[in-house]
Amino acid sequence: MAKHILSVLTENKAGVLSRISGLFSRRGFNIDSLAVGTTQDESISRMTIVVNGDDYIVEQVCKQLNKLIDVIKIKRLDDNDTVSRELSLIKVAANNKTRSDIIQIVDIFRAKIIDVSHETLTIEMTGTEEKHQALIDLLTPYEIKEMVKTGTVSIERGTNIISK
Amino acid sequence: MSGAKALIKTLENEGTEVIFGYPGAANAPIYDELSKSKIRHILPRGEQAAAHAASSYAIMSGKTGVCMATSGPGATNLITGIANAYMDSVPLIAITGQVATSMIGRDAFQEVDITGATAPFCKHNYLIKDANDIAQTLKDAFYIASTGRPGPVVIDIPIDVSTSVIDYKPPHKTDIRGYKPNVKGHPLQIRKICSAIAQSKRPLIIAGGGVGASGAEQLLAEFSQKYQIPVVTTLMGINHSSRCGELLIGMIGTHGVLEANTAVRKSDCIIVLGARLGDRAYTIVHSENSDAVIAHIDIDPAEIGKNVGTHIPIVGDISVVLQQIMKQKIDCNVSENARWANSLIELKKKKKVFKDNKQTANPKSAIRLLSELTGGSAVITTEVGQNQIWTANNYSLSGGGAFITSGGLGTMGFGLPAAIGAKVAAPDKTVVAVEGDGSFQMSLSELATIKQWNIPIKIMLFNNSQLGMVRELQRMKYSSNYFAVGLDGSPDFVKLAGAYGIEASRVSSNDELPDAISKMLRGDIPYLLEIPVDKDESTL
Ligand SMILES: Cc1ncc(C[n+]2csc(CCOP(=O)(O)OP(=O)(O)O)c2C)c(N)n1
Repeated sequence: MAKHILSVLTENKAGVLSRISGLFSRRGFNIDSLAVGTTQDESISRMTIVVNGDDYIVEQVCKQLNKLIDVIKIKRLDDNDTVSRELSLIKVAANNKTRSDIIQIVDIFRAKIIDVSHETLTIEMTGTEEKHQALIDLLTPYEIKEMVKTGTVSIERGTNIISK
Repeated sequence: MSGAKALIKTLENEGTEVIFGYPGAANAPIYDELSKSKIRHILPRGEQAAAHAASSYAIMSGKTGVCMATSGPGATNLITGIANAYMDSVPLIAITGQVATSMIGRDAFQEVDITGATAPFCKHNYLIKDANDIAQTLKDAFYIASTGRPGPVVIDIPIDVSTSVIDYKPPHKTDIRGYKPNVKGHPLQIRKICSAIAQSKRPLIIAGGGVGASGAEQLLAEFSQKYQIPVVTTLMGINHSSRCGELLIGMIGTHGVLEANTAVRKSDCIIVLGARLGDRAYTIVHSENSDAVIAHIDIDPAEIGKNVGTHIPIVGDISVVLQQIMKQKIDCNVSENARWANSLIELKKKKKVFKDNKQTANPKSAIRLLSELTGGSAVITTEVGQNQIWTANNYSLSGGGAFITSGGLGTMGFGLPAAIGAKVAAPDKTVVAVEGDGSFQMSLSELATIKQWNIPIKIMLFNNSQLGMVRELQRMKYSSNYFAVGLDGSPDFVKLAGAYGIEASRVSSNDELPDAISKMLRGDIPYLLEIPVDKDESTL
């Protein structure tokens, strides 16, 4: 089953997120990730939803989402023509012995250290899912204490935009 | 003016003539205003009946039905009716009272999250937090409920919103950027369906409830007549196919008739008009007819391809699309189609004889008699169970008649309040509620509503002392292990009607049926006719 990226423009109103997440669970669709925020127009939110499923499922997801009155527009983004990013904050154990090794790894990934304590380093990392996974793999031996991810956000390359 | 007054004023402006509702504390301000309005209020004996009656009123009148309830238990009692309206695409506004905005989320007395609860089975819902939004929200709600694929819209109004005082501003025309139903079929698809019809040797129309929602009854009849295409229906399509005359073959699906299912199996080009092809109808279409070209016309794009693979998808309003199709020149062999239609008509004409039993009457014969005696022009509502299928397959609807039933949800207890709603919408029509004794007992408190508001409906009650359809299921699938289907302890229904001041009688054999049914139909008074039925009578 392939991953599909949907960009969904919705009214920026109370209850919209629950309508959308409710629809997914009710119809048995699986969400890989969902990220939401407002757009340049404050009255509109934009969600990036990554769905796992075959063509039939994704078509159903789009059609059912479209039926929600608060959904303004949906676009299936073509993976090859899309830039996708995810941001994560990773708190990893660090001591005098390991700190410089970790910083080196962070540098290679062009990630950032955004907080330091005697026992931890907190890393901010932006990138594709694969890049995240690679970083996580390298940090795991040092003990990841805590981690939080935004979910994927995507936008089309070039001049393409989603018209309302 | 108060929020409550703005609400009533907007309802009046939307053309609401009747509300089926039940009062309580949270909607008391609305009731106070309603008392001053010319809108008629009917108090059923439970909120579920209010929602069913308002739905049936909507189906019968072609307008949007309105029901109302208080917060908490009032609102939850509406839920079955809302879900029923959603499944059968009925335009319905459900207005619920809510606890004060400052109390929301604190588990206040009679607080439930009704917008949360109804989200999965309503077209849209609103929790109004500012009285200034009432008029516009209500107008938008009517628009959403009645356009596109119709459905229920729930409006939850906290009591402080009802009582707060505002400067009323009339709402402007509805313009919702996320809601623009597409009514016109794509020209390329129109050309495709025309050539499919031209190439087909055995074309068939499956008519569903969408035909009625689009007001396409006449166009459907003209279309099928013009090209001699036979018509079969879903349960929800029965109400909208009566004008097709001889070309109407019958209902498809697990509870349909042989000739209709045969038609589906043999057809090489199936034109689906406004039907979901739900599991009960679709198994037959899909598994046994995979070679046929399937064209699906529906205003709801999400229905197309959901249950049945479709070769020619057409999103649009059925009336508009049928007009588009009929404007094209279709080069089809009409006489060949007529021959195919005739073969199905012959199959249909094969006489069915029903056995007579001395102690009971045959329900299928009874429905056929009802059909003859009313000339097919009565408004029939049904319950769910065997009674529903007996009626669907044996009442021949003619123009002017209607068949109102709970299709998608299969809701027992729908029929009696539905008859009330239909009679309120069409007071000049004869309205007959066909009841099963199980279903009847889910709504029989509505006898009081019939009496109080003088709603003279006819009740034809099939009494098999059983939950007949479930008993049949236990016979077929569970080695006749009959359990929890006996209805011993039911009252004497003739006496019960009498207690409500409703005339009633009982027959004991088929011979008595003609006179008894004629008597039931006489005069514009409520009447209950009880017909004892063999508990092992089959559905089909
Ligand atoms: C509210 C509700 N509960 C349960 C059912 C399941 N059910 C379907 S048919 C049926 C029996 C109906 O009995 P009755 O109304 O006496 O009609 P009959 O089948 O005997 O004609 C039942 C229990 C249902 N459809 N609706």
